[in-house]
Amino acid sequence: MKRSRSASSSSSARKPLAPLVLLGVLAAGGASAQDARLPEARREGKVVWHTSLALDSAQRLVARFEQTYGVKVEVHRTGSERILQRVVQAYSAGIKNADVVNTSDTGHYVFLKRKGLLARYTPAGAERFPAAFKDADAMAWGWRAFPLVIPYNTRQVAGGDVPQTWRDLLDPKWKNRLVMSHPGYAGSVVTQIIALEHLFGWDYWAQLAKNRVMLVQSIHDPGRTVLSGERAAGVSGADYGPLYTERRKPGAPIAAAYPRDGVPFIFSPTAIMSFAPHPNAARLFTDFILTREIQQILADSEGIYVAHPDVTYPADRPKLSELKMLVVDPDEIDKRTEEVKKRFVELFGA
Amino acid sequence: MPSTFDRSVPVWIITAVTLVLLMILPLGWLGWVSISSEQGTTLANYVHVFSDPHLQKALWNTIVLAFWVGLASLAVGVPMAWLTGRTDLPGKRVIRALILASFVTPPFLGAFAWVMLAGPNAGLLNKIYRGVTGSDEPLMNIFTMPGLIFVVALYSFPYVYIMIVNTLELIASDLEEAGAILGASRFRVALTITLPLALPAIISGFILAVLQALALFGSPAILALPAGFHTITTQIWSFFQYPPKVEQAAAFSIPLLLATALLLQLQKRLLGRRGYAGVGGKTGARRPIPLGYWRWPALAAVFAVLACTIALPYAILTKAAFAKAWAQPLSWDNVTLANFHFTFFEYSATRDAIINTLELGIVTATVGAIMAALLAYVTNRRLVPGHQALGFLALAPVVIPGVVLAVGLFIAYTKPPLVLYGTLAILFVAYLTKELPVGYAQADTTFKGVHPELEEAGRILGAGRLRVLREITAPLARSGIIATWCFVFIGVIRELSASIILFTPATKVISVVIFDLKEEGQFAAISVLGLFMLAMTFATVLLMQTVLGRDFIGAKD
Repeated sequence: MKRSRSASSSSSARKPLAPLVLLGVLAAGGASAQDARLPEARREGKVVWHTSLALDSAQRLVARFEQTYGVKVEVHRTGSERILQRVVQAYSAGIKNADVVNTSDTGHYVFLKRKGLLARYTPAGAERFPAAFKDADAMAWGWRAFPLVIPYNTRQVAGGDVPQTWRDLLDPKWKNRLVMSHPGYAGSVVTQIIALEHLFGWDYWAQLAKNRVMLVQSIHDPGRTVLSGERAAGVSGADYGPLYTERRKPGAPIAAAYPRDGVPFIFSPTAIMSFAPHPNAARLFTDFILTREIQQILADSEGIYVAHPDVTYPADRPKLSELKMLVVDPDEIDKRTEEVKKRFVELFGA
Repeated sequence: MPSTFDRSVPVWIITAVTLVLLMILPLGWLGWVSISSEQGTTLANYVHVFSDPHLQKALWNTIVLAFWVGLASLAVGVPMAWLTGRTDLPGKRVIRALILASFVTPPFLGAFAWVMLAGPNAGLLNKIYRGVTGSDEPLMNIFTMPGLIFVVALYSFPYVYIMIVNTLELIASDLEEAGAILGASRFRVALTITLPLALPAIISGFILAVLQALALFGSPAILALPAGFHTITTQIWSFFQYPPKVEQAAAFSIPLLLATALLLQLQKRLLGRRGYAGVGGKTGARRPIPLGYWRWPALAAVFAVLACTIALPYAILTKAAFAKAWAQPLSWDNVTLANFHFTFFEYSATRDAIINTLELGIVTATVGAIMAALLAYVTNRRLVPGHQALGFLALAPVVIPGVVLAVGLFIAYTKPPLVLYGTLAILFVAYLTKELPVGYAQADTTFKGVHPELEEAGRILGAGRLRVLREITAPLARSGIIATWCFVFIGVIRELSASIILFTPATKVISVVIFDLKEEGQFAAISVLGLFMLAMTFATVLLMQTVLGRDFIGAKD
């Protein structure tokens, strides 16, 4: 009973597929297949990955890695704030069960660095990443990024009612019709709250609370809630994953508004933990998720913006240069997370 | 059997060690941490949690919720118990089976289902209501306090029902008939004779329902948090957000613990006072009261309630499991098996959660049933001095709400010498502690039913105690022990309120995975796993009914 169990697909289930694994390795191309670290990673057996990437997207990525290298990924998907809680809480109790950590709260990496919990590692090709995706200490790398937008249900919101600015959501006509994610769970909302506080002060959130906003947890839930028709519009929708893929389906009653006064732009760094129990597998995995192939897939099928400079974006994605991006400094996020959560609870009740 | 060895010694040592590990250590740590700070002993944590207006509101919400759930459970449970226990209402067997099903349905699944049924805009019932009436307003909004009370009461009223139905079994018809002969109407008899006789059971059913509502985590987390309010349990859970405020969580747990203990003490007093003539023996035959033309309206009312607890939620869960979009009508192009494929084959957390849950369920049920049986045997046969205390201790954990137990276990077992956190063992300890009272009560009933004279006959004929145990007692008690096993197993596989605090990413169970999926609003996968959980539960119930030859909520036909 005292043994802990891995939450990943078991190797026994995949054994009959060994030829397929081999095919995958060959298909992945020479460099990665002959990677000298592969035997080490195989010996380590698996990589434990904590990520806030949308669940379906994460599962697809894991399947690709497992097929390519035959190394298991134990994936734990939850909200950014809960990832930090679980990883640090477990580590404090002496449990080392995290190799690669990816959250959408850049403040976390300031915090983890300060605690000495991040390993130094420069992934292959990282020198070509844009500055915003790089880390001076070579510990945390911007893996992916996404705008926070206003999802709305096209059957309930149309024409002149479509919100053009964040302040539009303060109109009393939105009472009981909005949904947003919780900063105690979703890291990107912490960034969003600070970004809009910079523009309008806390008064913005105090007034928004008067519209009795439905509170959900994940940054992907507002999109789903709006799609189901339960609420007309979302205050915080991650513009990738489900919101992007559902929007692409013909006839889906969902669209996304990019507010004119600025779009909070969320970076999701990836880092290897200093206490990683599977360091070689962790490095292999980190390189893998930063390859052009994988980054291109993330861009094409999930609508994610990525670090790799050679990736091209689908025609229906806005160019980043055309967006008025609101970016918050990681140090400020790290310093203000507690304050943000506390004030949010005071204003919104839970 | 001459022996120099006092056999009570090992019994007491084992019991004491178990008790320390299961209860005293966690509760002791809980109390200690609640008065600790970096500066030493302090009452500051209590001052903080009781002066913070936000936390005061959580306390008040819990009181409101528990009180109204208690009343609503009475309003539903009492008439239903009377109708099925005392009258000639048709379809009693079906009704009892459905109440049994409500009893074993995990309340958090009910809450999920009711989000899909009565979410103010996308909820199916509200859509139908709007379509029929043309109204802009919803029929009901589940994300409110009344909505929460409604859903919690749906799965708490069976406690009232079972309590009362069992008491009504014991009330002879003579008194009621005397009333009827003296000219009282059926309902006057019910109100002035049956009701007072059943009053202790009614109040104690009320207390049980209140206790359910106090300790519940899942339903408030699903229905109250979106509406922007907390209850004590959800608040304790959110104290664990980073950075964890364990001291405050501990301080906030103590009032919940005390309230539970007080209410149970009250209930025990009420039930212990059996000074009511006519209750307690099977002095006369029971004749069902004819309902006349009220039969059909009464039956309709009963089925309306059961539709809310069983038919509607199960239907919407099934629909969501097979639908591409749960909020859209189930037309042919909306039907899919992809949700099952995703849940069982793509989502990698599922498989291990199922294995963990089954492993914990089987181990806890086995250890729990053995412990409960041994304790019940020892106390019933008075094998050791102080056997009454053993029985009391086995029942004691019933006062600890799951969340509170979890906070205590978390504090006790995240530090040396016994670091169980991060392993399945800490969940095993939590489940065993939580389920021991239920298991003991069931095993106790079993051994009360095996009369000592059979064992004595064996002893007189020369068999030793062990041989008697093996050849006489064990076969007679077997079905009762299997039922105990099933009880514990059902309790374990649906457990959420302790698991949600004690799990780590590597030790997830099904209920926790369902809760994780809820964070992303993955209703389809939740429904698939929910149906799977229900299937496991009902398979166990069927097993239990087969070995017992009857259902376990009393009432023999």
